[in-house]
Amino acid sequence: MSSSGIFTRSLRALTAAAVIGAAAIPGIASAGDTLDAIKERGVIKVGVGTTPGFFSPDSDGKWQGFFIDYGRALSIAVFGEDGKVEFTNSSPQQRLPALQAGEFDILLSGVTVTINRAFNLGFHFGPTVFYDGQGILVRKDIGVTTAAELDGATIGVQSGTTGELNIADFFRKTGHNFTPVTIEDTSEFIAALESGRVDAITQDSSDLVGKLQQLKEPDNYILLPERLSKEPLAPAIRAGDDQWLEIVNWTVYATIQAEEWGITSANVDEFLKSEDPAIQRFLGVDPSLAEAIGFQPDWAYKIIRTVGNYGEIYERNLSPLGWKRGYNDIWTNGGLLYSPPFR
Amino acid sequence: MSVIFPQYSSRMLLAPLVPLLRSLFGGALNTVLTLLAVLMLALILPPLLHWAVTDAVFSGTQEECRQAAGACWAFVQAKARFILFAFYPSEALWRPILVIALLLGMMVASALPRFWGMRLILGWPLMLALAWWLMAGGWGLAKVSLNSWGGLPVTLLVWSTCMIFAFPAAVLLALARQSRMAGLRLLAVAYIEVMRAIPMVAILYFAMLILPMALPQGVILDKLIRATILIALFWTAYLAEVVRGGLQTIGPGQAEAAQSLGLGYWRLIQLVVLPQALRRVIPGLVNLGIGFLLATSLLAVIGAFDLLNTARASTTDQQWLGFYNEAYIFAAVIYFLLCFAGSRYSLWLEARLQRG
Repeated sequence: MSSSGIFTRSLRALTAAAVIGAAAIPGIASAGDTLDAIKERGVIKVGVGTTPGFFSPDSDGKWQGFFIDYGRALSIAVFGEDGKVEFTNSSPQQRLPALQAGEFDILLSGVTVTINRAFNLGFHFGPTVFYDGQGILVRKDIGVTTAAELDGATIGVQSGTTGELNIADFFRKTGHNFTPVTIEDTSEFIAALESGRVDAITQDSSDLVGKLQQLKEPDNYILLPERLSKEPLAPAIRAGDDQWLEIVNWTVYATIQAEEWGITSANVDEFLKSEDPAIQRFLGVDPSLAEAIGFQPDWAYKIIRTVGNYGEIYERNLSPLGWKRGYNDIWTNGGLLYSPPFR
Repeated sequence: MSVIFPQYSSRMLLAPLVPLLRSLFGGALNTVLTLLAVLMLALILPPLLHWAVTDAVFSGTQEECRQAAGACWAFVQAKARFILFAFYPSEALWRPILVIALLLGMMVASALPRFWGMRLILGWPLMLALAWWLMAGGWGLAKVSLNSWGGLPVTLLVWSTCMIFAFPAAVLLALARQSRMAGLRLLAVAYIEVMRAIPMVAILYFAMLILPMALPQGVILDKLIRATILIALFWTAYLAEVVRGGLQTIGPGQAEAAQSLGLGYWRLIQLVVLPQALRRVIPGLVNLGIGFLLATSLLAVIGAFDLLNTARASTTDQQWLGFYNEAYIFAAVIYFLLCFAGSRYSLWLEARLQRG
C-alpha cells in the first residue's frame, strides 16, 4: 500500500532519518521485552491504517477488517481471550518511527516487506499475510484481458510514484506503446476513468479493488491479472524480540494451517473428535505440543473458533469488495500461503 | 387606495427595492456581473438541488443509495456517530457530548463582554481540566484510552487547550519583544520569527517523529498530547504578533503618566496597557482563532482523528464505501457553523467596541 507524491517522498526520507536516529539511541527500544510489557499492560498495542477491507471503522466506532482480525487472533494467542488489543490509526509516514519508539507492539498496517526495512531500519516481519502488487484497471470496451495485450492505451498514473516507473518498465518490456496521464490525487482516478479521459489506471491492486467498488458501473471495468510489482504485506515488529516474533508467526500460521485442514469456525468442534494426531496436537486435544512451547493448550482452537481460518478472515473482509483469492490462496489451491508443520 | 392612486401605490411598493436594483444594475459593468452571476446560479443550482434533495436518499441502505442518482444522506445518518465521536465507547458517549456542551458554553461565555474578567481567566483552565478528565477518565470514571478519542470533541479540545495556553504565553512574548532588555528582546524575536517561518505541518511532523526521541527513556506521550503541546507553542508566536500590534497602539505618554503616579512595570501593564491593547486587537484575535480552528484539521497528517479525519475514515467502511461528498459536506457544515458564528460575533463585537 504505497502512495508517494514528491512531498511524501521527502517525508519518507525524514521518516527514515527519524527511525535510524531512534535505533541509534541505545535503550529506546530495549530488546526482548515486548511480550513482558504486553502481559504487564494487559493489552496489545497495534498500529493500523484506514483502507476498506483491511482496517476501517464501522458505524459504531469499532475497528473491522482483515488485519484487525489478526490483531484479535494475537489477543487470543497471548491472553486466551478476544478484545485485549488496542488499535491506533497511524499514518504511513508515522507508523515505522512510532513502532521504533515503542508506541506500538506490532504494526498490522499493511507494511511491505523490503530488505532495507529489515537491515537498515531494524524491523522484523512476520509471515506475509497478503500478497499485493501494482495492478491495472481497464475499461472492458478496449477489449483486452491481459496487460500484455495493452497497446496504445491511455493510462492514469499517480505522479512521482514507483507506480509511474513500474508501468514504464513494463511497457518497455512488452515493446508496446502507452500514453501516461499523470494525476496527482488518486481520488481523481474515478472521474478520469468515467469521463473517458483515460482507458486504464494503475495503482496497488488493493487500492484498485476499492476504486472498482466506487465506479458507477463496476461491471464495465476489469482488473487485469498481472502484477507489476511485489508488495508482500506482513506484520512488522521491532528487531530483537524473538519470542514475540514467534508468537506472531505461529498465530498467522495457525489460521493458514486450519484452512489447509478444512477447519473452520463452524466445524472446529467436530474436529476436536478427529483421530488425526496432528490435528489433536493443533487443537490442544493432545496438550503436549502447546505445553512444550508454553502456550495454552486451546490457543489455536480459540483463534479458529473466534476469528476463523485464513479463508474465513479473507472472505469476511475482502471478498465483499470483489477480491479474488489469487496468490492469497493456500498452496494446495495454487496460492502462496504455506504453513510450516505444527509439531 | 390602490384603485384611486394606482401610480402612487406601485411607486411606494418599489421604493425599498431601488437601492438594491441600483447596486445590481447601476452601470454596464454591474449589469453584466449580475447577469453572469444569475447565469452561473442557473447552471449550478438545479443539478445541485436534484443531487442534494430530489434524487437524494434520506434513509435506507447502501444498496438503495447506489441505485439513486442523488446524495446519500442515509450515509450521514449511519455515520454521524462515528464522525462526531470516532471510537469512543458507546456506553460512555455522554462524556464527549458533555465535553462539547461545556466547551461551546465556555466559548459563548468568553464571547460576551459582561463575563470578561478573573472568572474567565480562572474558569478556562478549570474547565479544560474537567474536559480532559471527562474524556480520559480515572478518579471514578472508566478510563478511555486516547486512541479511541476523535471527532468533534478532539477538534474542540485541542483547539481550546492550545488557545488557552498560547494566549498568556503570547502576551508575555509580546511584552518581551518590546522589552528594554536586549537579550530578552532578541530571544522573543528569534522565537517568533523561527516559529512563523515553519509551516504547521512541519511542526506536527516534529511532534510525531522527533519529539519522541527527545523524551526521557520509558516516557511515551500520546501523539495527540505531543501535537497539542507543539501546536500551542506554535500558535503562541502568531498570537504574540497580534498582541504586539495592540501594544504598539498605546502611546509612550501613558506609561510615563503611570510611572509618575508610582506604578511599577507589572501594575502598569496590568492596569493601563493590557486592558486597552487587548480590546483593540480582539477582532484580530477572533480572526486568528477561526483560522486555528480550521488548522486543527491538519492533525490528520499524523493519523489523529480530528473531525475531518473521522469524516474521511467513515468513507472506508465496506458497508458504506466511498460516500466522500456526503461525509465531507457533513464535516464542512459543522466547521461552517462554528466559523460563521465566530465571524458574525467578531462583527458584532467590533461595532459594540466602537460604540463603547
